[in-house]
Amino acid sequence: MIIQHPILGPRDAQEFVYLGDASLIERPDGMTAGVEAFHDYLYQRTNPAGEHRELWYHEQGDRSWLVVTRNTVTHEITRVELARDVARSKGRSK
Amino acid sequence: MRYSGFRVIAEALTGHKGWKPVWRDPTPQAEYDYIIIGGGGHGLATAYYLAKEFGQARIAVLEKGYLGGGNVGRNTTIIRSNYLLDGNEPFYEFSLKLWEGLEQDFNYNAMVSQRGIINLIHTDAQRDAFTRRGNGMILHGAGARMLSRDEVRAMYPWLNFDNARFPIKGALMQPRGGTVRHDAVAWGYARGADQRGVDLIQNCEVTGMRIENGRIRGVETTRGFIGAKKVGVAVAGSSSKVMAHAGMRLPMESHVLQAFVSEGLKPLIDGVMTFGAGHFYVSQSDKGGLVFGGDIDGYNSYAQRGNLPVIEDVAEGGMALMPAIGRVRLLRTWGGIMDMSMDGSPIIDRTGVEGLYFNGGWCYGGFKATPASGWCFAHLLAKDEPHKTATAYRFDRFLKGLMIDEKGQGAQPNLH
Repeated sequence: MIIQHPILGPRDAQEFVYLGDASLIERPDGMTAGVEAFHDYLYQRTNPAGEHRELWYHEQGDRSWLVVTRNTVTHEITRVELARDVARSKGRSK
Repeated sequence: MRYSGFRVIAEALTGHKGWKPVWRDPTPQAEYDYIIIGGGGHGLATAYYLAKEFGQARIAVLEKGYLGGGNVGRNTTIIRSNYLLDGNEPFYEFSLKLWEGLEQDFNYNAMVSQRGIINLIHTDAQRDAFTRRGNGMILHGAGARMLSRDEVRAMYPWLNFDNARFPIKGALMQPRGGTVRHDAVAWGYARGADQRGVDLIQNCEVTGMRIENGRIRGVETTRGFIGAKKVGVAVAGSSSKVMAHAGMRLPMESHVLQAFVSEGLKPLIDGVMTFGAGHFYVSQSDKGGLVFGGDIDGYNSYAQRGNLPVIEDVAEGGMALMPAIGRVRLLRTWGGIMDMSMDGSPIIDRTGVEGLYFNGGWCYGGFKATPASGWCFAHLLAKDEPHKTATAYRFDRFLKGLMIDEKGQGAQPNLH
């Protein structure tokens, strides 16, 4: 698979480390969320057959985190964003 | 019809005119006591043991495609019970004991071959870890032996013993481990279940679940609604898809695992072997092909086909261990969808919906578990309580901190 890196252009997926569902960006607030919320965050997955937004880490490249939108049935990649931008749009990162 | 050597001879002398179809092709009834979703190894075994061991009737198995067309027909056929943790080892040892009596039990030749499995050791730390694992196995009655380097050399003199980075220092052996003809497992269970009145319904995909007041009433399928008092789901890589019909999210991801077979060779490997320095395991089929595999591809996938980098990685593992196979040609590669759970161990449990039960999360170790998985799931379905070897396989172990994490990788399914 080739991932269209927003900064570096087309890169082989082998340069990346896969983490999982991009919902992992939205970690609950440790001061207010309960055990159940953290359980769901850490362990439960939607695991769709079809479009999936997921986190890839460019370990052998610029070490950026990406949010890749990929079809889990065809492996087709339709969108690649910097995870930083996605996190900011959710009001998470500074 | 009962199969035996005499039957083969009798049929040979009478032109093979007496053989009958091995199972019926029934039309679904309006309602059953039990519906098992998934006509793979685990689903068929569940139906078989429900009927045979737990005396239940009015059972149907619903299969989207054809019987045994998923992972039970795609794995590398290895059976073993060399686990470490208390939550796992009694279950897998129960499974291995069932394998040992399986062919007589369901009167079908599954070619169960206890040819022994060895896990190679390359470092002192690995020897310590495998010694501990071997002791755990012995305590649970599974049997284990530590082999010295010379003993391994006597078995396989052509391995790369003096590799500078990963010299072979010995092995942990489970002599009772081995291989089984995987398709025959599905066929044997299917035939046994059919003989006991189970309806095996193929080309019947579940498209929805009818749940009223927190209780399952039946399932919507491509062949219409089918009512049921209890529904058991055993669909491996499709678990998240099917359980979404009940509004459930699961602690698992679906990943693709590839397997490989080489061209036929003369006898080279008479047991099963795993490389301890990379993820590579191999056995030799009765037709002579080397059957081997390694890591999953590592990203969510429902594609049943993998990519080339993993093929390269597995081939490198094989070459590091066995330089002699350098000119052997690969005959086939294929992929199956694994239900990778958050701690690498399975789930056999009730759900929040009354009458709906779940069996999944087998990661890439589901084949060896087939008999015990079927038995324990049938136990749960029939008696509403877990079998004594499967009490740890609960959904709530993640909430309670009771994970069964053999590799100690944490909640990272692609690393288990």
